[in-house]
Amino acid sequence: MENKEAYWKENLRLIFICLAIWFFVSFGLGLLLVEPLNEIRLGGYKLGFWFAQQGSIYSFLGLIFWYGAKMNKLDKKYNAES
Amino acid sequence: MDELKFYTYIAVFGTFGLYFAIAWWARAGSTSDFYVAGGGITPLQNGMAIGADWMSAASFISMAGMISFMGYGGSVFLMGWTGGYVLLAMLLAPYMRKHGKFTVPEFIFDRYYSKTARIVAVACLIIASLTYIIGQMKGVGVAFSRFLEVDYGLGLGIGMFVVWVYAVLGGMKGITYTQIAQYVVMIFAYTIPAVFISLQLTGNPIPQLGLGSTLADGSGVYLLDKLDMVVTEIGFKEYTTSNLGGTLNMFAYTMSLMIGTAGLPHVIMRFFTVPSVEAARSSAGYALVCIALLYTVAPAVGAMARLNLMHTIEPVAGQNLEYSERPQWFKDWETTGLLQFEDKNGDGKIQYTANTTDSNIVVTNDMTGAQQTVVPNEMVKVDRDIMVLANPAIANLPNWVIALVAAGGLAAALSTAAGLLLAISSSISHDLMKGVLTPDLSEKNELLAGRVVMTIAILISGYLGLHPPGFAAGTVALAFGLAASSIFPALMMGIFSKKMSGTAAIAGMCSGIGVTMLYVFQHKGIMFIPGTDFLGNMGADWFFGISPNAFGAVGALVNFAVAFAVLKFTGPAPANIQDMVENMRTPGDVGAAHAH
Repeated sequence: MENKEAYWKENLRLIFICLAIWFFVSFGLGLLLVEPLNEIRLGGYKLGFWFAQQGSIYSFLGLIFWYGAKMNKLDKKYNAES
Repeated sequence: MDELKFYTYIAVFGTFGLYFAIAWWARAGSTSDFYVAGGGITPLQNGMAIGADWMSAASFISMAGMISFMGYGGSVFLMGWTGGYVLLAMLLAPYMRKHGKFTVPEFIFDRYYSKTARIVAVACLIIASLTYIIGQMKGVGVAFSRFLEVDYGLGLGIGMFVVWVYAVLGGMKGITYTQIAQYVVMIFAYTIPAVFISLQLTGNPIPQLGLGSTLADGSGVYLLDKLDMVVTEIGFKEYTTSNLGGTLNMFAYTMSLMIGTAGLPHVIMRFFTVPSVEAARSSAGYALVCIALLYTVAPAVGAMARLNLMHTIEPVAGQNLEYSERPQWFKDWETTGLLQFEDKNGDGKIQYTANTTDSNIVVTNDMTGAQQTVVPNEMVKVDRDIMVLANPAIANLPNWVIALVAAGGLAAALSTAAGLLLAISSSISHDLMKGVLTPDLSEKNELLAGRVVMTIAILISGYLGLHPPGFAAGTVALAFGLAASSIFPALMMGIFSKKMSGTAAIAGMCSGIGVTMLYVFQHKGIMFIPGTDFLGNMGADWFFGISPNAFGAVGALVNFAVAFAVLKFTGPAPANIQDMVENMRTPGDVGAAHAH
C-alpha cells in the first residue's frame, strides 16, 4: 500500500458524491420538492410520493452497491486490498 | 381446536423447533464465537441476519399500520429506517471492521483512549437497548395471547425461554444463524398476504406495482386516487399528501431516524462478524436488500389495508354496514379491545369518519375544496397494529396465511430481542468487566460472565415486558435520540477527524445527549413521569415545530459543534492515535475481530 493520502482523498470524493445523491433523492425529491413533483404521475403514483415511499429506498440500494464496487476498484488501484 | 388454531400451533412451534436445532448446531466455544461469531459470516448471511436483527416487532406489526393512518407522513419511517444504511456503509462499518474489535464501546475506548468515554458509551448502549427490548417482549406476549389465546404472561415466558436457549448457548454465532432462519420466516409471512391482497385489489401480484395500478373492479381508477377520494369524503386529509407536523418536522424526524439507525450498537456490532473490509461494505448492501423487501411492501400493505377497511364499513357508496352484520374478524378484534365501536347516532350502522365530536360538523374536502357535512366517528378505537395482523382476515385469505403472520411477528420480535441482548451482555462482560473492573478475567470466565449477564438481562426485560412502565412508548424516541445524538457523531468524528481528541469527543457526547434528553423530558416529563413535563406536551411549545421524537438530529448537531469547539481550545489527539486512525482508513491486512 503506497500513497495512503491520495487513496483517502479519492474515497472522500466518492463518499461526497454518494451522500449528495442520498440527500437529493430522500430529503430533496421525497420531501422538499414533493409538491411540484406530485404534479407528475408515475402510473397511479404521484412522483413525489413515490420517491418518499419507494424511489428513495431503491436509490439507497443502488448507492451502496455502486460505492462498494468503486471502492473495490480503488483498493486494487492503490494495492490496498485485504 | 379449530383449524386456524391448529395451523398457528404448527407454524409457531415448528419455527421454534427450527431455532433450537440451529442453536444446538451453532453453539459457541470461544469469546470470538460468542461476540463476533468467529468472524466468518459471509456478507449475504450477515445481510439477512442484520435484516432480522433490525426489523423488530415495530417494523413487522406497527409500521404498515402507522403508514395506513398517516399516508404520506409515514414516509419518515420508510426513508429514515433505510437511509441509515447508506451512512453505515460509507461512514462507519468498513473502518470499524478494519479496526477489528468486539464491541462499540471498545472502539470508542481505543479511539478516544479514555475509560470515561467507554463507560459513557456503555451507558448509552444499555439505555438504548433496554428500552428497545421492552417493546419486543410486549410484542411476543401480545402475539401469543391473540393468536394462541394463551395468557399474556405465559406467552412472554415461552418467548423468554426460547431466546434464552439460543442466545445464551450460541452467543453471536447461534444468534446469527437463527436470525437467518427468522428472516426467511418473517419475509414470507409479510409478503405472502401482501401478494394475495394486491392480486385481489389490482390484479397485479407485485405489491410495489399494485400500489401504483388501477383497481381490478373495472372502474379504471388508480388505487391511490380511489383511496384519496374515500378518505377525504369522510373528512380526513388526502392520503398521498397528508403531512406529519410540517416539512421541517418531517426533515428532522427522517434525519434523526437515519443517524439513529447508523448509531445503534446492536446493528453496528453485526459488521464485526464478517471476514474483511470489503465484506463489511457489501454486507450493508445485502442488509438493505433484505430490509427493502419488507420496507417497499409496507406502504402497499398500509394503503391496501386502509382501502379494505373502508370498503368493509361502506361496501356500497352511501350504504354503511349494519353493526349486526359485521364480519367475524371485526368481532374477534373487538374482544381484544383494539377495535371499539360506539353507535353514537343509534342507527345500527357503522360510521367511520374523521369527526371526533358528538355532532355533525361541516368541513372543507381536502381534495376538492367543497364544503361537506361529516357525521360523528363511531369507530372510536382502531389500533394501528390491527392493520397488519388482521389484514389477511379482512381480505378473506386462507387460515394458513394467518398462521404464518403469527409466526412472522414472533420471529421479528425474538430476533431483535436476541441481538439487543447480545449488545447488552457484551458491553457488560467485555467492556465493563474485562475492560474496566477486572482486566485479568480469563477468556473462559469472560464467556461465562457473558452468559450470566445475558440471563439476567433476559429476566429484567421479561419483568419489564410483564410490567411495562407507562413510558414504554415514549422511550423508543429516547433510544433513537441517544444513538443519534451521542454514538453516531462520536464514531464518525473518530474516523473522519484524525485530530479529534478524547476530551472533545466526551464533551460532545455529553452535550448531545444532554440537549436531547432535556428536550424529550421537558415535553414528556422527567423520566416520562406524568406531571413533571415543565413545558407541556403541546405542539405550540415545540422548538420550531420539531417533535421530541425528531430531536435527535438537533442533538447530533450540538454534539458536532461542541466537540469541534472544545478541540480548538484543548489541542489534538496524540500522534499514536492519529496513526491508528490512518490505519483504519485503508483495508490492508485485517485479522478477525479480536480482544487486544
